[in-house]
Amino acid sequence: MSSPSQPLPTAPPADSKPPRVRFWMVCVAVLVLAIPLQLLVDAGLYSDVLNPYYLHLLTVIGMNIILVASLNLLNGYLGEFALGHAGFMAVGAYTAALLATKVLPGAAAMPPVIGTVLILLVSLGGAMIASAGVGYLIGLVTFKTVGDYLAIITLGFNMIIVNAIQNIEFVGGPRGFTGIPKNTNFVAVALCVLLTIGVLRNLIQSTFGRVWLSIRENAIAAELMGVSIPKAKNWAFTIAAAFAGLAGGLWAQNQQFITPRSFDYSKTTEILVMLYLGGMASLSGSILGVVAYTVLMELLRNLLSTFAPQLAEWRMLISPLILIIIMLTRQTGLLGNREWSWLRPKQGA
Amino acid sequence: MALRITELTKSFGGLTAVAKFNLALGERDLQGIIGPNGAGKTTVFNLITGVYTPDSGQVLLGEQDTTRLPSDAIARAGIARTFQNIRLFAQMSVLDNITMALHAHAGYGLLDATFRTATFRREEARLLTESRDHLARFGLLDRQHEQAGSLPYGEQRRLEIARALATGPKVLLLDEPAAGMNPREVEELIQLIRQVHQDFPLAILLIEHQLPVVMELCREVQVLDFGQTIASGGPRDVVRNPLVIEAYLGEEEAPA
Repeated sequence: MSSPSQPLPTAPPADSKPPRVRFWMVCVAVLVLAIPLQLLVDAGLYSDVLNPYYLHLLTVIGMNIILVASLNLLNGYLGEFALGHAGFMAVGAYTAALLATKVLPGAAAMPPVIGTVLILLVSLGGAMIASAGVGYLIGLVTFKTVGDYLAIITLGFNMIIVNAIQNIEFVGGPRGFTGIPKNTNFVAVALCVLLTIGVLRNLIQSTFGRVWLSIRENAIAAELMGVSIPKAKNWAFTIAAAFAGLAGGLWAQNQQFITPRSFDYSKTTEILVMLYLGGMASLSGSILGVVAYTVLMELLRNLLSTFAPQLAEWRMLISPLILIIIMLTRQTGLLGNREWSWLRPKQGA
Repeated sequence: MALRITELTKSFGGLTAVAKFNLALGERDLQGIIGPNGAGKTTVFNLITGVYTPDSGQVLLGEQDTTRLPSDAIARAGIARTFQNIRLFAQMSVLDNITMALHAHAGYGLLDATFRTATFRREEARLLTESRDHLARFGLLDRQHEQAGSLPYGEQRRLEIARALATGPKVLLLDEPAAGMNPREVEELIQLIRQVHQDFPLAILLIEHQLPVVMELCREVQVLDFGQTIASGGPRDVVRNPLVIEAYLGEEEAPA
């Protein structure tokens, strides 16, 4: 922004006074917190306060932010209703698992950090490419489909992926894929979250984002302004799938064990709940929605297991209940389509 | 010749919506299509812009045959339009409505946008400047940060015309731009269209229900009724044509 003494008539007045938090500042802050935290937990210091469980929770939050933010591209910005996000995640998770265990085990013999980083980069890159490829195909198949039809097709795709993996003995079939090395930690996940949010923000605030929004707002007008809707939609599906694949790749190398059923439509539903809780077409909302949902669910888990262990399983009823309450009372989610200043464009558009 | 249409025909089931429609729209020409409700006027626009595919006939934009191209390709070839029921990107800002229209001239790719390269920053700044200049020409600059859907009706019309012009068309199709306007707004609209016709190097084809607009602006007018052209010529001659009076004016004593 320009200096406050020189008011620009074009800038919105609310933005011109306080010094703006910028994206790079958030990146620095996250890493300054994440790296020492990881080191302390790894070293087992202050373990009464820095419980590894909290770090695990933060890691889960990070992976879910990647999933929700990328689904937001389709459901929030493009205005579609895609129901297969866990399917893309599965493609990424199994690709990364295969790359890490069957293709690249030799890299483990390299010096510890270098070997892990190499495996991580290759496996996550591979996961993103594989998911992006599947996303591109889905985009091709559905290029003329909108609304309910697209929802059903993507849901069907999710089921196909899960059922297909269950029948592939090579990756463990229904028993799941075991023995994946734990190549990720909280720092790696945090870096991936920052990458995802940064890239999505950049795209949304470019001509690509404006075109996606215009399709959501009025597809006919967008088309008659020269937008090739199949092409724009295909890009959105490819990019969203790539990041879902990234989350899957992280997930596999964090849990060390994946089963097809962890990527079925109930995972998709969970991603949807967090998305709607936070707010559509808002990356800030995606972050907030994931944090709020995860913290709420963990609190419930602790409360129930402490005070009413016989009700512990009822926790899973809460998530659909939240969705119903949001839809009835606050359809725009916690944040609507507002953004925190560090996710807004520089020129105050 | 900016736009030449020959024998354009479209039927829906047994109903012929447009029958053998012909048009010769010269460079920087301004012509009108009038006719009672359901005469097929908007269908002509939908055929030109590829929303419907014609059964037969041909549309030539300059030298290029656009008859069977998809809508987006026709738009990129240089035909822009507005809609009878305004179709703005309501929840986008006024500025973004215009900047979006420049998407074909963005001058950067997906990777540039992903990593905010120097090319991206330069081109994006250019797009914003062009958009703001464009808004200023239409007196909408002070509205740039408002949601397009929150503008008053007359300004929404103006923004829609501005957005269509931002694509840099060779032919502009205006579908009932004065619909729902009061006499003062209609007067402003006539001024606006006249100004656009003067300032931009393009030809305009106008569908209108309100005769004053057509009478004041159009060099030549065609009258459609039940998909047929029943008269054409200078606006003053056309409205005296008994066929037209019977089909159009006789039916509606006071055109809405």
